[in-house]
Amino acid sequence: MPDATGLELAAQRVREAVGDTAVIGTNHAHGRARLEVDPPRVHEVLRYLRDDDEEPYGQLSSLHGCDYLPEEPRLGVHYELLSMERRDRLAVRARVTVEDAVLASVTDLFPTADFQEREVYDFFGVVFEGHPDPRRILMPEDYVGYPQRRDFPMGGEPVLFTFNERKLPRWYD
Amino acid sequence: MTDPLKTPYREREKSISLDAMNGESPISGMELEPETEMLTINLGPHHPATHGVLRLLCTLEGETVQNVQPIIGYVHTGIEKSCEDQEYWKAITFVERMDYLAYYFNAYAFCASVENLLDEEVPPRAQYLRVIHMELNRVASHLFWLGTGALDIGAITMLWWALRERDELLDLFEMSSGQRLHTRYFQVGGVMEDLPPGWEAKCRRFLAEMPNRIDQYEALLDENEIWLRRTKNTGIVPVEQLLGLGVSGPLLRAAGNPWDLRKAMPYCSYEDFEFKIPVGTVGDNYDRYRVRMAEMRESVKIVEQALDGLPEGPYITGNRKVALPPRHELATSMEALIHHFKLVTEGFRVPPGEAYVPVESPRGELGCFVLADGSSKPARVHMRDPSFVNLQALKHMGEGTVIADFIACLAMLDPILGGIDR
Repeated sequence: MPDATGLELAAQRVREAVGDTAVIGTNHAHGRARLEVDPPRVHEVLRYLRDDDEEPYGQLSSLHGCDYLPEEPRLGVHYELLSMERRDRLAVRARVTVEDAVLASVTDLFPTADFQEREVYDFFGVVFEGHPDPRRILMPEDYVGYPQRRDFPMGGEPVLFTFNERKLPRWYD
Repeated sequence: MTDPLKTPYREREKSISLDAMNGESPISGMELEPETEMLTINLGPHHPATHGVLRLLCTLEGETVQNVQPIIGYVHTGIEKSCEDQEYWKAITFVERMDYLAYYFNAYAFCASVENLLDEEVPPRAQYLRVIHMELNRVASHLFWLGTGALDIGAITMLWWALRERDELLDLFEMSSGQRLHTRYFQVGGVMEDLPPGWEAKCRRFLAEMPNRIDQYEALLDENEIWLRRTKNTGIVPVEQLLGLGVSGPLLRAAGNPWDLRKAMPYCSYEDFEFKIPVGTVGDNYDRYRVRMAEMRESVKIVEQALDGLPEGPYITGNRKVALPPRHELATSMEALIHHFKLVTEGFRVPPGEAYVPVESPRGELGCFVLADGSSKPARVHMRDPSFVNLQALKHMGEGTVIADFIACLAMLDPILGGIDR
């Protein structure tokens, strides 16, 4: 992990290369360095960090979403970058609102993001523009709602049996 | 005239004359079309070779696989969502059930994330005990892979032999934690209990025997022509493509990239141990098999070293706000009783923050992301499961191979559907 100074220097390099407003903030806690990025600029920032930065991060080891309810903007998408050469990690986070949950897909930069972006879409409803196959991945294709959001109720999903399948919603609609 | 039985079959077939049938072919209309036909079939979800409920939508041209599309989600049980409703110490039980062959690794990744957020130090003895159990678990997981993988290719003996040794490992797990599977041995701050008397001797007996057993497995497989034909030079994916796809673990190492988190970014005192990282050269299915076999030998060495150098001291942190007090204190200490009550009823609170802890599981980088909001329940638990990410490579491994080799590719990929669907 870059230390707090290294993180600030990286943030400065991103600002100079991509634009002053691209990096909203930095966070260094518990040995984890994180850049907070302006959502529309995520693709540019990741491309810069992968290709052009003097300390590049060639791999995307994980991409996941989370819900910061009650904070706003609610949804967060984390990109865990990894440099195998320098054995270093950097997290990049973009936060979007529920109403405008759109980010650019990074599958062209990191093919590994394919399944993981589909998973984030499936569970949080973040739409990744430019994704080659933007469908649900784990939930059924006709499922309504985004179950990992914090305001989605826990449990209460009725089990379908033959005796109740016609009474349950979403079944014969 | 030559003996007809000694000429090849096709030539004999050509020599059959149909002139006697008045010039009409008895099989008219059955000629092959000049253009080949594509056939789309489902491999799975209920196919024994898919190692779980994995559905593969395959497009076949004859026997050649032209396109593979994995369809997953059949065993999605919402474990990540369920974790948000549990106190941190109860969520360990849930995360263990994701990748059900690597439960110690799931539990470690989760506990280490929470310890990271709490800034909790783990005593050295607990770290060594964790290493011992994780490496034994790696052997158990690879043994299960070996047994079922060889079974896919038709070598049924491997299943009995590999599961016989795995059973000894499960006996060891049962002895140390009370459970054979999903042991919940790791706690936040350490491990549940110290090793019971007799455990070390039993474990050492197993470790002494295991290299001979691996020799026996290799003697069965390495000269087996079916095995070699199915695995050698099949399923090769270039290492750059594997890196782009985020593939990690034995699949990546078989392609020649020595990336192993135990060496690259040591955690849990892995830096104390001498071990090698097996690396393949060709990157085919045979290399994947060899790498895993060699990893088992290395794991045995790590466990031996950890048993030799097992430090004295507590097996769990002394911080009573996180770890339960010893049972005997409850009868005499009011304070211990209060701590016990608070921990069991409410759990401990974790200050707000985010942690992502990656560990080297038998299948690759297993990362656990935990978001804490200051309460006693996690606001988000996410597992970056290696099976889920590695499954994307199956398309590239399998396309263009014949379907029998494709089954071998799937076996050597070693996907665990509990981890993929979570």
